[in-house]
Amino acid sequence: MTDGGRFDRLRLDGVTRRFGGSDALAGLDLTIERGEFITLLGPSGCGKSTALNCLAGLLPLTRGSIWRDETRLDTLPPEQRGFGMVFQNYALFPHMSVRKNIAFGLRMRRVARAEVRRRTEEAIRLVHLEAHADKLPGQLSGGQQQRVAIARAVVVEPSLVLMDEPLSNLDAKLRLEMRTEIRRLHQSLGLTTVYVTHDQEEALSMSDRLVVLRAGRVQQIGTPEQVHTRPANRHIADFMGFRNLLPVRVAEQAGDGVVVDGGGLRLTGSPVGGIGPGEPAVAAIRPEDVRIADQPGGGVEVTVEVVEYQGRELSAEVRTGDGVPLHLRTTRRLAPKDRIEIVLDPARLLVFPAEPDGAP
Amino acid sequence: MTPVAFRHRLAERGIDAQLLLLGPAAVFVAALFVYPFCYGIAVSLQPVEGGPFAAYQAFFRDAYQRDTIATTLRIALPAALLNVLASVPIAYRMRGRFRGKRVLTTVLVVPITLGTVLTAEGLLNFLGPTGWFNRVLLALGVVDAPVTLTHNYWGVFLSLVITGFPFAFLLVSSYLSGIDPSLEKAGAVLGAGWAQRFFRITLPLLAPGLATTFCLTFVLAFSVFPSAILVGDPSGTTRVISIAAYEAAYVRYDYAGGAAAAIIMGLVELVVIGVVLGLRSLLYTGSTAGGKG
Ligand SMILES: Nc1ncnc2c1ncn2[C@@H]1O[C@H](COP(=O)(O)OP(=O)(O)O)[C@@H](O)[C@H]1O
Ligand SMILES: [Mg+2]
Repeated sequence: MTDGGRFDRLRLDGVTRRFGGSDALAGLDLTIERGEFITLLGPSGCGKSTALNCLAGLLPLTRGSIWRDETRLDTLPPEQRGFGMVFQNYALFPHMSVRKNIAFGLRMRRVARAEVRRRTEEAIRLVHLEAHADKLPGQLSGGQQQRVAIARAVVVEPSLVLMDEPLSNLDAKLRLEMRTEIRRLHQSLGLTTVYVTHDQEEALSMSDRLVVLRAGRVQQIGTPEQVHTRPANRHIADFMGFRNLLPVRVAEQAGDGVVVDGGGLRLTGSPVGGIGPGEPAVAAIRPEDVRIADQPGGGVEVTVEVVEYQGRELSAEVRTGDGVPLHLRTTRRLAPKDRIEIVLDPARLLVFPAEPDGAP
Repeated sequence: MTPVAFRHRLAERGIDAQLLLLGPAAVFVAALFVYPFCYGIAVSLQPVEGGPFAAYQAFFRDAYQRDTIATTLRIALPAALLNVLASVPIAYRMRGRFRGKRVLTTVLVVPITLGTVLTAEGLLNFLGPTGWFNRVLLALGVVDAPVTLTHNYWGVFLSLVITGFPFAFLLVSSYLSGIDPSLEKAGAVLGAGWAQRFFRITLPLLAPGLATTFCLTFVLAFSVFPSAILVGDPSGTTRVISIAAYEAAYVRYDYAGGAAAAIIMGLVELVVIGVVLGLRSLLYTGSTAGGKG
């Protein structure tokens, strides 16, 4: 049995996992510093769970290696890695009470009986389950089961906590609460966490760093702000809420920016990646960065088609004279068939090469 | 109370029109099980001479008859136990997908299709004094004289294992596949080695299924008849209770005696099953899933 000991750095070196003929995870390189909250983000099927299971030792690697400081980890079975893991379906032992579930890891580590009791009670208090400690998991609500799963994973003071979409089975309100709760535990217990989600909002709000995956490949590694404001390619942009993606052609370089043409529009934006005049590109902008012009004559004339009420704001689909659809968000009251003028903020408009690395 | 409110009250207790769907099954059970059973009881209580319980008294007074209970239990209990215990590690190893799983499962399950008579035939040829098994042992010099494995206890025991194992294996496999594999993964990450995962997670969740499997294979073994005669020693160590019933009814034409033996056989089975299910109810018998979703 290992110490479960602290480390300074956990290094994934070209971690690859094949299923049948295709790579579910291809060459993941990542260094995790102690105390970091890292999120693997990507759409369903992009290899997030595969990456997590490889880290936990539940899936053997096809290629690559995992290092905890100078110790090679990927050859150790899961029970010797000293990690904690929260499964998407929680995987609570159905025949054990909440207390026994939480104590399980400590008992496997042959911690002294009194110590097991003390730490278990402490963990139960930490996740506010004092009133339910003697119930079986089947008698708990989804949110309570979730908290048991988290307590069971952190009570052993693991050197690394792995969480696989732990909030995806909860309702919206509980999801927000647990998000804060998980981040609070991460900070107060000084955990190092690798968190998996397909929800970009969750990822942005909780993480110190994001690893964006697509089809088993890393697309971008960066802080939430970096990924949010400067996605590395058009696919990440799409995933990060750049709902307006327009096929355009680069017209000219203009200082740091570029001018592009497409669909009867002439737009200015900042280029991401190298593109030269005449090349096909994709202009991307978020609905909230499309403004309605203050006075006539300042922007592009469009017709409102669909309006969705979203509380404080409206979300609207509009169409330009040339038939290009655009999405915008505004606090102005709009109605279908209204004719308005819009302005696309050049500082927030990103221009990506049309076909990054040859992929569609 | 209004009729609607009354219907609601009934529905809360699970009584509604859908219960009618049970009708065909109830008729089937009544015709094929309840009626013959009651008929058997009636026959057993009407002996040619003596009071209504004379046939039962005769059975228990005669050691030759009475001992068949112990003889049958001595064969059936160990055979059922072995079938269940042998199925567990094999079914456990065969969880998940691997190359050749279907072939292996087929090989393990084929004996079901053989039937007891064919199995007995095979055993006589294979394990008999001049069978391959003894010839190999003799040739290797392991033994000096042929080992007696037929026409005694072991012949019947082996035949019950061969025909009962596939049932036990199939049942245990399906109980195992109902246990969420992520539970053992969670155990592994929490530091449990394979033995701890098996004994603390899988086995407790499997145990109720094992009890049920034991009951089924026990009932199969307890009513052993053909192999007790064909590969056994039907007048001695393998004079099982079904032989006693058969002899009473069709050799001595004592129908009440035969029926009494059959009813006693059923009662002994009920007692064993009752004890096993009683123990089972002490176990955790709820869901074997690890949580929501
Ligand atoms: N056991 C498996 N056998 C075959 N293919 C698998 C297996 N597990 C995952 N995959 C494939 O690997 C890819 C990544 O899966 P996964 O890591 O579960 O995605 P995510 O968790 O991001 O939704 C998917 O295309 C999936 O079909
Ligand atoms: Mg997944």
